[in-house]
Amino acid sequence: MTDRGGAFHPVIELTLARLREFLREPEALFWVVFFPVLLAFALGLAFSRSGEPEVHVGLVPGPGDARVREALLSAPGLVVHDLSREAADRALRDGEVALVVRPGSPPGYRFDAAREESRLARLAVDAALQRAAGREDRFEPRIERVEIPGSRYVDWVIPGLLGMNIMGTGMWALGYAVVYARSRRLLKRLAATPMSRAHYLAAQMLARLVFLGLEVGALLLFARFVLDVPIAGSLVLVAAVSLLGALSFAGLGMLVASRARTIEAVSGWMNFTMVPMWVLSGVFFSSAHFPNVTQPLINALPLTALIDALRAVMLDGAGFGGVAGEAAILAAWTVGCFALALRLFRWQ
Amino acid sequence: MYTLCHNHEVIDAAWRETPPPAVVCRGLHKRYGEVVAVDGLDLEVRRGECFGLLGPNGAGKTTTIEILEGLMPPDAGEVEVLGLRWGRHARALRQRLGIQLQETQLSEKLTVEETIRLFRSFYHRGPTVDEVVKLVELESKRGSRVGKLSGGQRQRLSVACALVNQPDVLFLDEPTTGLDPQSRRHLWAILLEFRSRGGTVLLTTHYMDEAQAVCDRVGIVDQGRLIAIDTPEALVRGLGEPGKTLEDVFVALTGRHLRDD
Repeated sequence: MTDRGGAFHPVIELTLARLREFLREPEALFWVVFFPVLLAFALGLAFSRSGEPEVHVGLVPGPGDARVREALLSAPGLVVHDLSREAADRALRDGEVALVVRPGSPPGYRFDAAREESRLARLAVDAALQRAAGREDRFEPRIERVEIPGSRYVDWVIPGLLGMNIMGTGMWALGYAVVYARSRRLLKRLAATPMSRAHYLAAQMLARLVFLGLEVGALLLFARFVLDVPIAGSLVLVAAVSLLGALSFAGLGMLVASRARTIEAVSGWMNFTMVPMWVLSGVFFSSAHFPNVTQPLINALPLTALIDALRAVMLDGAGFGGVAGEAAILAAWTVGCFALALRLFRWQ
Repeated sequence: MYTLCHNHEVIDAAWRETPPPAVVCRGLHKRYGEVVAVDGLDLEVRRGECFGLLGPNGAGKTTTIEILEGLMPPDAGEVEVLGLRWGRHARALRQRLGIQLQETQLSEKLTVEETIRLFRSFYHRGPTVDEVVKLVELESKRGSRVGKLSGGQRQRLSVACALVNQPDVLFLDEPTTGLDPQSRRHLWAILLEFRSRGGTVLLTTHYMDEAQAVCDRVGIVDQGRLIAIDTPEALVRGLGEPGKTLEDVFVALTGRHLRDD
């Protein structure tokens, strides 16, 4: 046995040191564990309602506005707001109403056709007013209402949040810790010991995996038992995909932090790396909205790969074969980033 | 190796008879852009002595000591520590050295004991963690976070981290800058104790009284060159006037005051 004077192996001591620093920083715990749960809770409040959503329309004064109001109110799901002309445009712009009706003959519909809820409102308003004007329905369709588990927006957004969180805490935890230690000349002090650099990096990774268990666990438990989000695939595969994602973002964080001397500098680079992925990788809305030519690029991003894989497992119940492509992308990012980070890494 | 004349043969000969000197460097040069930090510096620190590099801020003391510590490559010149060279023997050498850097801030969230344990874990030999805590008299603070320590206590912890492997050579870069008189004396006592057990100390300082209190020999550095080297007493005696100090030696040698920035 090596004489270490009562201390453990350096990897263990370095990992313990990192964990202690983290646990003794109450804010860090908040950002890693509570913040994502709070965000999920807020989204759950906003998007976990089922049933038919209401359609809000504005009505401005004009000839026969009382009859128009009556016709609109008789249609199911329409909510009418009486507005002045100026207020109507403002309400339209702010999304408080999806469409504004101007009474007259014929009546006018004012709306932005690029907005989905406005197009829906146009159909609903038109049907109500045409009927009031005497149009007859040729048939009454048979309505089959279903609620498919896992089809709510909140079910779809939870894997996105999970991915976003793994990216954020992974990059910050590593990048911040490394640059902080560098700016305080602690890295230089460590480089003056016989400490192995591989041990240092390994310990940062190990500590990261402990936090990962915390954050993924907290968010998944909350999603499953409070928001009632179904998890179709195996939890082991969810854990494995999360782990792979965490490794790739730890690598990316290490790369971003490999040369920065100050917290300000590294913060800028972190945002430069992460913000595009928040937008492109389908956290809150599907990345299919972006033009086709950009899709290969978007699919090669680590966050896209992670979120796609998480959705495949959690929503579609995919097995390992179903996420092998994403796993390969994440593995490639991990290896590439660490290799490059080790070459560029600055100890002082 | 063979192109390097005379000096080198002397050292090789010394190798065979007695253990090599703690630190030797020859013809050290280092520049940062236009600024020459070290300008052809030769130095030998003997085993078991406490050697002080004395000079004003910006004289090149820190650059010199960091080159000797293997943290920075020189532009030109040779360095041997304990007869070994940086590069080939870096790992083995690090096991035998104790290094304290200027302005290192240890992690504030860790306790004294945890910090010492961490540093101790990197070395294959040395006192136990408990013994190190006792050595720097931080027993009553062992469970305190580093962030809560006074300046003097922090500096003692910093020295403790350099002593965890019972080093053969201890390097200290301005160990007492910014400390109150009591803390400075406390630190000097630790250094003298280390030297009395056969350890070698190389420190930089810009305090006269520190050099006179703990150093067996001092080298006066100015503008990247060593301009005088001897025991403090001999340097003062060399002035030939009674009641003089090292400060006067420095002024006599350079025409400037030691603490000029």
